Amino acid sequence: MEAAHDHNHDHHEPTGIMRYVTTTNHKDIGSMYLWFSFMMFLVGGVMALVIRAELFQPGLQVVEPEFFNQMTTLHGLIMVFGAIMPAFVGFANWQIPMMIGAPDMAFPRMNNWSFWLLPPAGILLMGSLLAPGGAGGVGWTMYAPLTIQQGMGMDMMIFAIHILGMSSIMGSINIITTILNMRAPGMTMMKMPLFVWTWLITAYLLVASMPVLAGAVTMTLTDRHFGTHFFNAAGGGDPVLYQHIFWFFGHPEVYIIAIPAFGVISEVIPTFSRKPLFGYASMVYATGSIAILSFLVWAHHMYTVGMPVEAQLYYMFATMLIAIPTGVKVFNWVATMWKGSMSFETPMLFAQGFLFLFTIGGFTGIVLAVTPIDIQLHDTYYVVAHFHYVMVAGALFAAFAGVYYWLPKWIGKMYDERLGKIHFWLSLTFFNVTFFVQHFLGLAGMPRRIPDYALQFADWNMVSSIGAFGFGLSQVFFLYVLLKAIRSGEKAPEMPWEGATTLEWTHLPTPAPYHSFETPPDLRS
Amino acid sequence: MKAANLDNQNKTLLRKLVVVALVMFAFGYAMVPLYKKICEVTGVYDLIKPDEIVNTQIDKSRTVVMEFDANTRSQVGWELVPVEVRMNVHPGELVHATFRLTNPTDTIFDAQAIPSYGPQHAAQYVKKLECFCFTQQKINAHETRDFSVVFVIDPSLPIDVGTVTLSYTMFEIEGTRSTVDSTVEVGFRAFKS
Ligand code: HEM
Ligand SMILES: [Cu+2]
Repeated sequence: MEAAHDHNHDHHEPTGIMRYVTTTNHKDIGSMYLWFSFMMFLVGGVMALVIRAELFQPGLQVVEPEFFNQMTTLHGLIMVFGAIMPAFVGFANWQIPMMIGAPDMAFPRMNNWSFWLLPPAGILLMGSLLAPGGAGGVGWTMYAPLTIQQGMGMDMMIFAIHILGMSSIMGSINIITTILNMRAPGMTMMKMPLFVWTWLITAYLLVASMPVLAGAVTMTLTDRHFGTHFFNAAGGGDPVLYQHIFWFFGHPEVYIIAIPAFGVISEVIPTFSRKPLFGYASMVYATGSIAILSFLVWAHHMYTVGMPVEAQLYYMFATMLIAIPTGVKVFNWVATMWKGSMSFETPMLFAQGFLFLFTIGGFTGIVLAVTPIDIQLHDTYYVVAHFHYVMVAGALFAAFAGVYYWLPKWIGKMYDERLGKIHFWLSLTFFNVTFFVQHFLGLAGMPRRIPDYALQFADWNMVSSIGAFGFGLSQVFFLYVLLKAIRSGEKAPEMPWEGATTLEWTHLPTPAPYHSFETPPDLRS
Repeated sequence: MKAANLDNQNKTLLRKLVVVALVMFAFGYAMVPLYKKICEVTGVYDLIKPDEIVNTQIDKSRTVVMEFDANTRSQVGWELVPVEVRMNVHPGELVHATFRLTNPTDTIFDAQAIPSYGPQHAAQYVKKLECFCFTQQKINAHETRDFSVVFVIDPSLPIDVGTVTLSYTMFEIEGTRSTVDSTVEVGFRAFKS
């Protein structure tokens, strides 16, 4: 047990803003990641509300179609690369060293760089709105040949992707090295908390897939300016090739978003069920197989490009195969709760919300995996509903669960349980009001990425827009809950959750000291 | 001492992972030739190769409507139009179709036609013996030229397909453009040197 002993070594720590610019401390960097991602989440959320305001009624009322397209594009990119991914890297920074008994990340200085690359990328993305012709209006998938016909905003977007990719790769290398080399004695691989396992696997996914995206956007860039013809049919290139390269990255990317969320849920559910995680080893293997399979199914996003039927069959069955390890995980979570003595504090509520809604998103995913069905539903609102079930109710809810769960450890104060629960119920309700009805719209044939629509879609769109504004306000409420906890939260007890068993709870005081585990705990026994 | 050891281990791992990232970046680029090759080997990309025709009987009992369509993609004001817009053909019968290119400008360039089909899956039943789309074409200034396509509709064309559209998009190949005057000059320069 490490007491909060004196850490006045003789190095002088800069104060104020310079402390954060120069910090190499994993906890500072983790906090910066989390705050950055929350800000980006609000920015991306405002963009979503611009979209939903335009779609409130048929006809064009609020924005020009070009600007609408830019909003969809930036919303998608900012949410994926600016909000969800950095949020989980923030969790990784805070938690991994504490959960494996390491003093810090393996490369603290590189860690600082990984974070400080993000703000310039965010500024480039948002600044591209001011470029002549505005931001790229190409969708977050940035399909050729449309990308070749865009203005300067597109180049800024490409550059932002390069920077974000670099940051992710550096972050991942750091995470892998920390986990593989810096575990406390006795912390064997198969004793690691599942959150650590999921991040190890995610980091490998990132190292293997982000460079491919970097390649795809670099090719786009050279097609635009340097006379290459990778995707330009006029020069012998092929736009479908772009889709293959993009989705070779893109499908692993959806698991990069989902797998750390699985990790958080795998910590929260056992704690609040007061039982160890059911089927730990099978969880590890299931996560590993999901990661491997994720590289083999990319063309299920491309059923409509005219692939040979054999290829379509392969991608259909391979995709469905992923349902098996995913099912293993869901059943393990359910079995963990089975006969547990459960309690429903806010983290557990968000975990339950995750479990229900992610599973719905998983089911609509299986529906979309079926080639003939997807040919009908491709690029409709059904797809929009599907990926928001897995990304918002999946990844985002898991992030909320994680914040409420670890907040006492991070700041030593409790959030207001009543407000946390209100945040949960508001989010849950408005999420479903926004997105459940989009299934109906998609099944009825409403295409995505359009600023105007046929009259028969009017009612559900109005419902969805109302839900979206409600969801947006609920997240402003979350900010209030957070600030209230930070300013005037009750002092957290040493062990706020009686079921928690991981090192940060059992071996460190609450709040965690600025430097923890400078001598590793000995876990051999 | 142990710390230095850990430092080295970390650096080794860092190096390995950087190599993985670089290899994956290269892999992204390797997908370009790989994709072309896979399409060729599996026969997806045989748009610009003659088809093999297994000797077939003409099925007089069935008539398929062939529709022709053509577009151009270029900043130069030339056009490509089908001479016959529509034909009634029997499966198995040898069909000749003509497309007329008109280039009223001073520009000389190379162009490549790429076919597409409606319905999409009809592609595999239009067996082309000869096509101007098999090679790049040099287009001269102020030229009007007829291009021909010779094909057979495979009698195994599904019975529910009554109409097949064959559409060509002709692309100007970038970087091949010159105007009449400049070619004279190029020729002149070549002559002088
Ligand atoms: C406040 C909650 C959110 C709302 C109301 C919302 C709403 C929307 C809307 C209306 C679209 C446009 C659909 C279309 O026309 O195709 C969209 C697209 C998208 N959203 Fe969200 N969204 C929210 C949160 C998120 C989050 C958290 C993520 C990701 C992690 C996300 C990822 C995406 C992506 C990737 C697209 C596709 C963009 C594209 O078409 O290129 N969204 N969202
Ligand atoms: Cu996918």
